[in-house]
Amino acid sequence: MTGFISNIQRFTIHDGPGIRLTVFFQGCPLSCWWCHNPECIPDFINSNGFTVKEFNEKQLLGEIRKELLFMDESGGGVTFSGGEPLKQPDFLKNMLIACREEEIHTVVDTSGLAAQKIFDSLMDFPDLFLFDLKIIEDILHRKYTGVSNRLILKNLETLNNHNKNVIIRVPLVPGITDTDENISNIIHLLSGLPNLRKINLLPYHAMAESKYIRLNIPYKLSGIKTTDEVRDNKIKEIFLRAGFDTSLGG
Amino acid sequence: MNERINNLRENSLSAEPVMSHQRAQLLTEFYQSQDAKGHSIPVMRALAFKYIMEHKKICVMRGELIVGERGEFPKSTPTYPEIVLHSLDDLEKLDKRKKQFFKVNEETRKIYREKIIPYWEGRTIRDKMFRELSDEWKEAYEAGVFTEFLEQRAPGHTVIGKDSFKKGFLDIKEEIALAISRLDFVNDPLALDKKEELIAMDISADAIMAFAQRHAKKIEMIMAEEKDDERLKELREMHQNCLNVPAHAPQTFWEALQHYWFIHQGVVTELNPWDSFNPGRLDQHLYPFYTREIENGTLTKERAKELLMAFWVKFNNHPAPPKMGVTLKESSTYTDFSLINVGGVKEDGSDAVNELSYLILDVIEEMRLLQPSSMVQLSKKNPDRFIKRALKIVKTGFGQPSIFNTDSIIQEMLRQGKRIEDARNGGASGCVETGAFGNESYILTGYFNIPKILELTLFNGVDPRTGKTLGLKTGNPSDFKSFEELMTAFERQLNHFIDIKIQGNNLIEQIWAKYLPAPFLSTLINDCIPNGKDYNAGGARYNTNYIQGVGLGSITDELTAIKYHIFDRKSFSFDTLIAALKANFDDYEEIEEMLLNHTPKFGNDDDYADDQTRRVFELYFKAIDSRPNTKGGVYRINLLPTTSHIYFGSVIGAMPDGRKAKEPLSEGISPVQGADRNGPTSVLKSAAKIDHLRTGGTLLNQKFTPSFLSDNRGITSVAQLIRTYFKMDGHHIQFNVVTAQTLRDAQAKPEKYRDLIVRVAGYSDYFVDLTEELQNEIIRRTEHENAV
Repeated sequence: MTGFISNIQRFTIHDGPGIRLTVFFQGCPLSCWWCHNPECIPDFINSNGFTVKEFNEKQLLGEIRKELLFMDESGGGVTFSGGEPLKQPDFLKNMLIACREEEIHTVVDTSGLAAQKIFDSLMDFPDLFLFDLKIIEDILHRKYTGVSNRLILKNLETLNNHNKNVIIRVPLVPGITDTDENISNIIHLLSGLPNLRKINLLPYHAMAESKYIRLNIPYKLSGIKTTDEVRDNKIKEIFLRAGFDTSLGG
Repeated sequence: MNERINNLRENSLSAEPVMSHQRAQLLTEFYQSQDAKGHSIPVMRALAFKYIMEHKKICVMRGELIVGERGEFPKSTPTYPEIVLHSLDDLEKLDKRKKQFFKVNEETRKIYREKIIPYWEGRTIRDKMFRELSDEWKEAYEAGVFTEFLEQRAPGHTVIGKDSFKKGFLDIKEEIALAISRLDFVNDPLALDKKEELIAMDISADAIMAFAQRHAKKIEMIMAEEKDDERLKELREMHQNCLNVPAHAPQTFWEALQHYWFIHQGVVTELNPWDSFNPGRLDQHLYPFYTREIENGTLTKERAKELLMAFWVKFNNHPAPPKMGVTLKESSTYTDFSLINVGGVKEDGSDAVNELSYLILDVIEEMRLLQPSSMVQLSKKNPDRFIKRALKIVKTGFGQPSIFNTDSIIQEMLRQGKRIEDARNGGASGCVETGAFGNESYILTGYFNIPKILELTLFNGVDPRTGKTLGLKTGNPSDFKSFEELMTAFERQLNHFIDIKIQGNNLIEQIWAKYLPAPFLSTLINDCIPNGKDYNAGGARYNTNYIQGVGLGSITDELTAIKYHIFDRKSFSFDTLIAALKANFDDYEEIEEMLLNHTPKFGNDDDYADDQTRRVFELYFKAIDSRPNTKGGVYRINLLPTTSHIYFGSVIGAMPDGRKAKEPLSEGISPVQGADRNGPTSVLKSAAKIDHLRTGGTLLNQKFTPSFLSDNRGITSVAQLIRTYFKMDGHHIQFNVVTAQTLRDAQAKPEKYRDLIVRVAGYSDYFVDLTEELQNEIIRRTEHENAV
């Protein structure tokens, strides 16, 4: 079968351990205001230099294999990101199995939004999940991402219950996800998920704005201030004090 | 750095390069005197060297710890009229040109007009060469098919070995006497020639010792006036240093540095050899002195660092001697390519990184000087902390140190038939050239314009720039029925021009050996003394010649485009392509766009393109490797450009990779500027598809913005990137860490960016000293990187 891929990036060093190759899947059920890859949101795109490429497993594996020496040297591997990789579950599963057979370390970088059945069928294959946790209050989650977080939180619980290797990634969008209330909500939620102890805080930056201009779609966060280092470090302290293994920055 | 070093450094940075007539005048005086008459050429040359060393002005500056200047003061730069004679017009150009200028005062012009020019006109080694060289050679040279390294500068390209730090010139004189006593006048028909050469070496040993003694005298005079007790104590020690070295083997860390520096002065005054001279494996040479003295308590780490810093300033005081014409174009820089090696392995093959390696890295970082150049040798046996420490300096963005693969360098030398100890004691010098330090003469004979060969093939042997027929008639390309037919024609043209180049080299090499031997340099490189043979005549243990291939990325993309569009896809015909090239793509924008953006390119780990790289590499290797030179050695290949890729681009019209007429070629083995679109891992994969072990050096440039190395994760990842490239036998990699915006600012306000150093190609240079085209090229490279 084939998968729809927006982009393949090599020498990525912020999407899991070591030197990695990151595969950006096309299509995402969320539409976060701060999305860095807005071109990956629609299922298909062909405008202003953004196109979708179709790969079968063999072709994609061929691209991954080209990086093996770098992966071996650095303890790296491949990261499936997007878009939302779980939105193409069969292709993703085939790729995860193929990589496992070749002892290639895999990371799935996900919003967590997928039908429970799909999620359960996939969760045993990646070596590591990078799981986005954005907003706990569902009304706000709907406002800023376009969808409810009900399934997301359910899937996160599943990962906890099965003791999977997970790093929770929290984007710190000023005034939206970095509010005192949201941070304490996150800590409260995670206090009930004792197996999830790794947090990666991602400072906000507006580097994607030019993409929105290229795509001719409005950037709803235009003009908001970029990362506030003091604030971000304060949040890091809060997580550290709450007993989490916390890092700041991608 | 302390105030003294800061002052010395500032003096060096602000000193203006000035042309000095001192050496030329002394040399001419000597040649005109009775003392020059009646000697063999080697002896006459040695006497001339001695005359200069006994009469040139001695410079000892306030606060200096290491003494010796080539000219009268920092950046006062001599000329070498026995090699190339500057006309009054040249002097005017040197004085007035914006880049790589040398100020020429009235006195110098007068002495040139009245003494130097009348004596040397028509008698230089360059005149002799151009009288002998064939028309075929001259036409190819003028068309920019190749350059000639030895038309304005002497062979050299070499580096001191460990033995020179263990003996003085009195010891060397004994070695010479022994060699003379062993001459066999019964069985050796060349015994007299050898004797003359050995006598010349002996005279040149006396010359360097006299030079040191004169410094001792000068320091004595300064001591008489000195009021400051602290400085007086220092001067006393410096005085003693000059009495001890280089006559005797150095005993202290300070003496070792002064010892080398006198030797350096000798080499660069005797002639103007390429890559000046080079202390090579400095951390290895100095380590025994350092540990002994640290243990004795006669040296502190701080003092060692200060001495090294004072040593660094001396290199920066010595710009490359004035270059003109094609030599300037192929090497547009003040840098004289003294490349200090740090790290690597010891003679027994074990990890050579020591405390001094790290101390030298500290010095490199703090000094931030154009010269000396510096590099780290990275072996699989060296610890990660070593490469990470080096990358923290790379991050500061002045292009140093560059990073070399010790394990490849050793294998390259073993393939060339060198002893394993000699290979392990070696390294890289100049830009990226592999050498057995202290044992080898490895001469770069000139750059070779590989894409020009394709252009000549596409135009059936005619140079479209001039309309002259230069090459073979290999057929009209529109008649080629397959890509293979084109490749056959290309190979024939390539071999034809390599033959012309080698024919010229054979002649030039013998002219140097016969007319301008280098007896002083010969005392320093093993086995010139026991062989009784000059360095320039094949006296060294190993004698290697190189022809440096330029434009590997460009030629790959050009051949790939032809294969892809004309033979595989049949997008357009050969006739259309040639018409588009002739028109420089005017009215052929659609074809230009296809060539630029819809064609496989080198640097993307795409075998379709990279197969052509391998092919060109094999053809180039086959054309050159193992052919004999005139010194008992053979030819090898390497792939580096210095700045010749700009010059070579300027003599080529539009090409099938979509490159417009006169634009620069790709440099080293890097992809065409902007052609790599998959990031650094793909570039390294593509670059590793040629067999680096069958070269004597390749050059790969990678650009990063500072942000890439801003944290430990970034540094670790880049270190892993390098380790992986080296696992694939990559020879060398270097980094430019700057943003395009910084560079544009520097272009607009050069006065504010005097100290901005960028990696150009195998060396670093001050950005503001680069030509505008080169500046633009570096901005384009950087922009591309920022966008990815």
